[in-house]
Amino acid sequence: MDLAFTKEEQAFREEVRQFFRDNVPPDTRRKMVEGRHLSKDEMVTWWRILNKKGWGVSHWPKQYGGTGWTSVQHYIFNEELQSYPAPQPLAFGVSMVGPVIYTFGNEEQKKQYLPRIANVDDWWCQGFSEPGSGSDLASLKTKAERKGDKWIINGQKTWTTLAQHADMIFCLCRTDPGAKKQMGISFIVFSMKSKGVTVRPIQTIDGGVEVNEVFFDDVEVPYENLIGEENKGWDYAKFLLGNERTGIARVGVSKERLRRIRDLAGKVESGGKPIIQDAAFREKLAACEIELKALELTQLRVVADEGKHGKGKPNPASSVLKIKGSEIQQTTTELLMEVIGPFAAPYDVHGDDGSNEAMDWTAQIAPSYFNNRKVSIYGGSNEIQRNIIAKAVLGL
Amino acid sequence: MDFDLNEEQRLLKESIDGLLTDSYDFEQRKKYMKEKGGWSKTVWLKLAEQGLLGLPFSEADGGFGGGGVETMIVMEALGKALVLEPYLATVVIGGGFLRHAGTDAQKAAHVPGIIDGSKTLAFAQLEKNSRYDLFDVSTTAKKKGDGWVIDGEKFVVLNGENADTLIVTARTKGERRDRNGIGVFLVPANAKGVTKKSYPTQDGLHAADITLTGVEIGPDAVLGNPEDSLALIERVVDEARVALCAEAVGLMDESLKTTVEYIKTRKQFGVAIGSFQSLQHRASDMFVAAEQARSMSMFATMANDFENAKERSNAIAAAKVQIGKSLKFVGQQAIQLHGGIGMTMEAKIGHYFKRLTMIENSFGDTDYHQRRVADGGGLI
Repeated sequence: MDLAFTKEEQAFREEVRQFFRDNVPPDTRRKMVEGRHLSKDEMVTWWRILNKKGWGVSHWPKQYGGTGWTSVQHYIFNEELQSYPAPQPLAFGVSMVGPVIYTFGNEEQKKQYLPRIANVDDWWCQGFSEPGSGSDLASLKTKAERKGDKWIINGQKTWTTLAQHADMIFCLCRTDPGAKKQMGISFIVFSMKSKGVTVRPIQTIDGGVEVNEVFFDDVEVPYENLIGEENKGWDYAKFLLGNERTGIARVGVSKERLRRIRDLAGKVESGGKPIIQDAAFREKLAACEIELKALELTQLRVVADEGKHGKGKPNPASSVLKIKGSEIQQTTTELLMEVIGPFAAPYDVHGDDGSNEAMDWTAQIAPSYFNNRKVSIYGGSNEIQRNIIAKAVLGL
Repeated sequence: MDFDLNEEQRLLKESIDGLLTDSYDFEQRKKYMKEKGGWSKTVWLKLAEQGLLGLPFSEADGGFGGGGVETMIVMEALGKALVLEPYLATVVIGGGFLRHAGTDAQKAAHVPGIIDGSKTLAFAQLEKNSRYDLFDVSTTAKKKGDGWVIDGEKFVVLNGENADTLIVTARTKGERRDRNGIGVFLVPANAKGVTKKSYPTQDGLHAADITLTGVEIGPDAVLGNPEDSLALIERVVDEARVALCAEAVGLMDESLKTTVEYIKTRKQFGVAIGSFQSLQHRASDMFVAAEQARSMSMFATMANDFENAKERSNAIAAAKVQIGKSLKFVGQQAIQLHGGIGMTMEAKIGHYFKRLTMIENSFGDTDYHQRRVADGGGLI
């Protein structure tokens, strides 16, 4: 047992950090720190910088543009990226559909899609959830009917994150209505510009538009856009969801936020002195830091385990990551609300042009608090995570 | 970075788990409780035979040169089996003082007896009003000739009844809460002026309140600097905290396992109660709490070797907070999920709960350590 990073790993951390300092556009970083939404251009610009460096799809196999890093290097990269902070690669392309394509797709599909995912030439979105299929995803109803060399797709997806930017969608569609619910699903990809695709934005309680409803009316899709085998889509979906075990804890994000809270709490006054001098506040902050330290260690245990024994058999501790990671993220946004106090109330009166530094930091704190309620709901709600632990780990 | 045990550590784990599986089930434990002092000399000698009592001592001192990870393995196993024997008092704390501050002569006088199981120790530190502050010492040690005279009262001294030697903290100068002026002394338990009132503790261990009245000891009884040993005390108590964290992890593992087995077999409304989602989620939360505790126990074990004393203490305090929160949740919910049977002395789960509960209040509770982390500038 040894907690220390090797010299090489420490040097790698320094290299990554330096690259971010030199290459993340300052305004992008500022908006991240303030919890603002980034424009499509800002995100794509940064991802292309990352891809040019060869780090855009770091965890892919080398032959498809990956880095061949160790699991510890991936961990360090992610932590530095999250805590710098800079936008993480677009998960829908890089972490979700990319691995499905290089694992189950044919050569033609790999050639066609993978380089464009890496360079974000195509912005991908995820067509999984439906109005009637949230946690019970396998009950989905969107239909794809074979008609000659085409699929005809009808139905509706929802909670489709950033679909307003998307060029492509990967979609779970029911292709065998007679089969048992998990068995008749296929994994089909197609252009969001196809005739019959309609995107309707959903405004969330933070006032932003991150998610959308997507409607399909007789959308015609070439048959060869099927990934893998017909009616095996559920297996690919499970593969996709199980792929990203450690990033979900978002330890780096919470670390960055806690540093920011400590910094702000030294400046904002309460009772005539900085709020950090208030013992009750300080203890709440310490409590959150301790929880995060424990989570970081749990994550390192999982990372070290994967590095040594491969990703085949997940460490049972990995199921802790989503639950604790989301709870801690939410706590950090609560602490920020506490720091800001009555100035939580004003709606974004200053705009987000960075011109009013004195007050800009306050604008997004309440929205960020509201927005972060989502993290215990998405990616398999925390209640679903508890079901998984009960069944898969405890055998209940 | 590596969280796996090496080959030797795996063997150590197998050997202690094996020994305790054979000789420490719940029924056997009940018998040991009735023996003199409340624990089994026979088991103690078995631990000695396997070299476990000599584990942390250097080879030069006749031990095996084990480090923090080895102690963690042993303490986890002792927790899992709810062991009564005074490993913490004798090997971790007593041994810790001797390893860090003992002269060659002191080590020669005490270590062989610890290793072969013939002698046990006890740490007489707590005072009526000191609570968790290690520097809050009213017991005095006054110079007399070459030696010292000790006067004072110590409370809840674990293994105080049986110990051959007491390790006593006493003030050689200054006021009650001064950080300097504290010494550590090896006092023979049968020295003139030592009186003991023994009693069982809530968790089935044994402790004693000890009064020292004009106890005279020689110059060879001083461990370290008699006027400035707070750092030594903090170092050894940090090691005790780390050991308690590991013991608690073992206790939580067994509590969770026992609880999950119970809810799989206990039937109500015609089905196993473990099929109810509210109970499943509670058990899942217990698992999360236990895993977070395990992570911090490992962190504390590694932090024990940090060179910077402040970083070490801060990290170990953080671990004690996590363990305190986790053990309270796991312990309480284990009783809850057992229902009525969990309330009885007959079922083993309550005994685990009681030991866990006492660990929270040993060497600083959750609030105490959380305040230390908060006042120490945080962890991130």
